[in-house]
Amino acid sequence: MNAAFAWLFDPEHWSGPTGIPARILEHLGYTSLSVLFAAAIAVPLGAVIGHTGRGTFLVAGLSNGLRALPELGLLTLLVLLTYVGLLPVVISLVILAVPPILAGTYSGIRNVDRAVVDAAHGMGMRSSTVLLRVELPNALPLVLGGIRAATLQVIATATIAAYVSLGGLGRFVIDGNNAGPGSPDGYPQMAAGAIVVAVLALVVEGALALVERAVVSPGVRDAARAGRSARMRRRPTGDVVENPI
Amino acid sequence: MNIDWPWPWLERNLDDIAEATGEHLFLALLPVLVGLAVSVPLGWAASRWRVARGILVPLAGVLYTIPSLALITLVPLALGTRIIDPLNVQVPLAIYTIALLVRSVSDALAAVPREVTAAATALGYRPVHQFLTVELPLAVPVIVAGLRVAVVSAMSLTAVGALVGIGGLGQLITEGFLRNNGVELVVAIALIVVLALVIDALLLLVGRAVTPWVRAQRGTGASA
Repeated sequence: MNAAFAWLFDPEHWSGPTGIPARILEHLGYTSLSVLFAAAIAVPLGAVIGHTGRGTFLVAGLSNGLRALPELGLLTLLVLLTYVGLLPVVISLVILAVPPILAGTYSGIRNVDRAVVDAAHGMGMRSSTVLLRVELPNALPLVLGGIRAATLQVIATATIAAYVSLGGLGRFVIDGNNAGPGSPDGYPQMAAGAIVVAVLALVVEGALALVERAVVSPGVRDAARAGRSARMRRRPTGDVVENPI
Repeated sequence: MNIDWPWPWLERNLDDIAEATGEHLFLALLPVLVGLAVSVPLGWAASRWRVARGILVPLAGVLYTIPSLALITLVPLALGTRIIDPLNVQVPLAIYTIALLVRSVSDALAAVPREVTAAATALGYRPVHQFLTVELPLAVPVIVAGLRVAVVSAMSLTAVGALVGIGGLGQLITEGFLRNNGVELVVAIALIVVLALVIDALLLLVGRAVTPWVRAQRGTGASA
């Protein structure tokens, strides 16, 4: 255990292009790129499906089907099919990140109080205006929840990118494993890398929770909270949107 | 990538594939069973005492957030297992299962209607007997829903263990990648997905079979 912390706190491992800060930035770079692309696809798609009620099967089908797909297999297969580089990795991370954002956006729109939507129509708003100015702001907590779940999933899976020769925090785990258990850069390096990934995931989770609090309108937030606890009291369905990562 | 007609490769390697599949199932399913066995008492405690819930549910959330490769790598550090030990994959999978199910079990038990427990008490059921024959069965549909997510996730997460040298179908994925053998890669992925979906369907059927009242209620339009 001491060897892992000695490796982690060795100043030599905190500088340069292969140091921990550089790897954290790479990791966050892959993550934000993939989540941005995924959100650009899934938020509009989820909003339209939720608004029109057409294509609902896509939402449940995608999240159930993709849960069984091993991420390591998807990533290595895409690299073999194309080439070693950023693109296949980002594509496989986007594939992972789309279902939770899609599910969050869809259920966010669906859960908007029908009376509110009817009132908006009654005031003469056009259908697109209702979606953009009424349904989406009200759905924001669940949309952001979906983005948060997707981000954590991508942070976890981006560690595998190191296996197909990219950077990121998985580098330390993979390189440590290749160095062999006896080497000073072996298991201590793996454990140090694992600790940094775990801490990064928890910090990002906390940061996104704060963003959620800052962005969501207080009225919507309180209503969402009241609605959620009322639903919980009535009957839990056991629906789980988030997967272990 | 090299994708030949797959049969010759499959025929030559059938034994290895079968062995990897067996190993995969052992690595993935045992921790889910252990996780289920641990979650029921923990979930019961969380549904009963506010303090227990206040500790267990946030703790489950934190554990659930930790990436699998990190957790797998850290098990030897925490438990002193060898670097290549099936437990390094199984302990994290059990942790994810518990993190997922504690909340489901506790929510499901908390949602058992008051009248039902009161009626059972009035009929003279002792607490343990009442838990096992009245409250737990009523919680089964929600527990099964959580269990299905846990088992499917466990099947696909087990593959990550191959990155640190632990077997199962993940070994075929890394081997296929390193040897540029697309057939091996696709076979491993397909086996994981198909087995996960088959186990998922079996759980759904078992869940329905042990809770006949759910369908009966749905049929008559009554609610719990």
